[in-house]
Amino acid sequence: MTTINRGATHIFATVLANKRVGQYHQILLGVGDLVKACKPGNFVAIKVGGDSSRMILRRAFAISRVAESTSFGGTMELIAAPHGSGSQWLCSQPEGAEIDIVAPLGTAFGIPTSPVNALLVGGGYGSAPLFGLAEVLKSRGCKVDMLLGASTGAKIYAPMEGKRSVNSLKIYTEDGTMGQTGRVTEPIVDLIKSGSVDVIYSCGPMGMLSAISKLTEGTDVVHQCAVEEAMACGIGICMTCVLPVKGSDGQVSMLRSCIDGPVMDGADVQWHLVGQTPQVQQ
Amino acid sequence: MNSTVAENFDFSTTLGNAYFASPIFTASGCASSGKELSQFFPLNQIGAVVTKSVMNKPRHGRPTPRMAETPSGMLNSIGLQGPGIDAFLANDVPWLVEEKARVIVSIAGETVEEYATLARKVRSVAGISALEVNISCPNVENRGLVFACDPEASRRVIDGVRRIIGGDLPIIAKLSPDVTDLPSIAAGVVESGADALALINTVLGMVINVDSMRPHLGGKTGGLSGPAIRPVAVRAIYQVHQALPNVPILGMGGVASGRDAFELILAGASGVSVGTASFGNPHALIDIQNQLQQILISKGFSSLKSAVGYAHRTDTP
Repeated sequence: MTTINRGATHIFATVLANKRVGQYHQILLGVGDLVKACKPGNFVAIKVGGDSSRMILRRAFAISRVAESTSFGGTMELIAAPHGSGSQWLCSQPEGAEIDIVAPLGTAFGIPTSPVNALLVGGGYGSAPLFGLAEVLKSRGCKVDMLLGASTGAKIYAPMEGKRSVNSLKIYTEDGTMGQTGRVTEPIVDLIKSGSVDVIYSCGPMGMLSAISKLTEGTDVVHQCAVEEAMACGIGICMTCVLPVKGSDGQVSMLRSCIDGPVMDGADVQWHLVGQTPQVQQ
Repeated sequence: MNSTVAENFDFSTTLGNAYFASPIFTASGCASSGKELSQFFPLNQIGAVVTKSVMNKPRHGRPTPRMAETPSGMLNSIGLQGPGIDAFLANDVPWLVEEKARVIVSIAGETVEEYATLARKVRSVAGISALEVNISCPNVENRGLVFACDPEASRRVIDGVRRIIGGDLPIIAKLSPDVTDLPSIAAGVVESGADALALINTVLGMVINVDSMRPHLGGKTGGLSGPAIRPVAVRAIYQVHQALPNVPILGMGGVASGRDAFELILAGASGVSVGTASFGNPHALIDIQNQLQQILISKGFSSLKSAVGYAHRTDTP
């Protein structure tokens, strides 16, 4: 259990680009040296709506990837869906706008020290941070296979350049409008059985993460998942984004997904207790 | 960010016999035990850290969802999740003392006896400037347990804590605005031994999710905070200061700028806690402290204390 987000900085970032990709917006922020502290899985908390906004809370977005370029310095890419009023505001920000961010926040995906067979599973635009992760895993000599799923093809986020950082990419949609028809979790059972997967990295809806945790239960496959729970602060002070997680002592505690997550070990999250309160063991 | 106190201007305040160099504090429940905010600014730069209300035993709190954003505010339904007083006193207080922060410990109990037990444990630890007795947390299973909604229960809690604490540590009673006659409840706890009052706790509210068509929060009801409740805080502080002009008030409720803090001080607050604003701006306390000082100086006040309750003056404008 960690206590704080050590690398977090509160700065103004410049919107360098904002382009529509299908149903999503790909937003590039100039963040300078802050990129040096960012790791795949970390997130950013963004103030939305301007100073006179009635929206008082930051919005959390997964960092899709970071880069250092000679022309722009450190850049951070986010994928946002303009669903709520906060993300709509962010998606409407023009090039050159200054936005107030706190980053990097939260835990990162664990990167294996030796090459492994990695399976990356993304639901909807939960795939965003997986492409940055794929690049890091590839650079460490890992085999990287990716499965992306959504209810319909328009909700799949799979940029062309992202496809280069994976060995294989399969898409599943429930309505069959893109890739194969079905749920993204369906092929995982066979992949685990065949022994071709050492680690699963997942990001997407809680139902998907919970389903993958069930599939890896009792196997040697490690499951690192990036959870999502409603957050007010993102920095560990509000205690709203908690999840029931079993610690090394076997006790279940309500851990903050902004500090002890978003990346958690899927085997430790007590999925059946989400939305309940565990009993205190005295 | 420069947070040094200007020369020739007295920014200090007192609550009971406790002295603070600045009147800007964290609000209990909005800063945990300070560690998370300390990565953004040194905790010794603000008046005091008021720690999250702690109970006798470790507690998981309420189920999720625990949060709903509302217009210029938010509802929370945490339910006093915490490590329990023993772990808190062993780990969190020594760390705050090492950081040279001024510490106000906030306690919450389910019974009069639990408050007394907590007070006994707090009394034995060094480095604490004052004790906040939170008798008004709205996120408890039984609304009958919100002591601050019952004048007699409020008095019993404060009386029990005062007997344990003796005269050493100032007691700040944290009250709820969800009552008909706040000044009479305030008078009752002062009579029972409270040295100061913390006004206001969150306002009980509810959000119904129109998709699921059920209450959105796991605990159904929650506490409303943020700028939406600031006028309620100003009213509560004004009423109580009018009734009890000599009792110091730690004001809070939707303060997001120096201007807001100044408003609470004009109403009668001797100190101002910043809560929900830190969720949106981790530097809120420092920003508000700097802005407040500039406002006080530009309005011609020579000290913070001379502005406390200034809205009550009787001279004709």
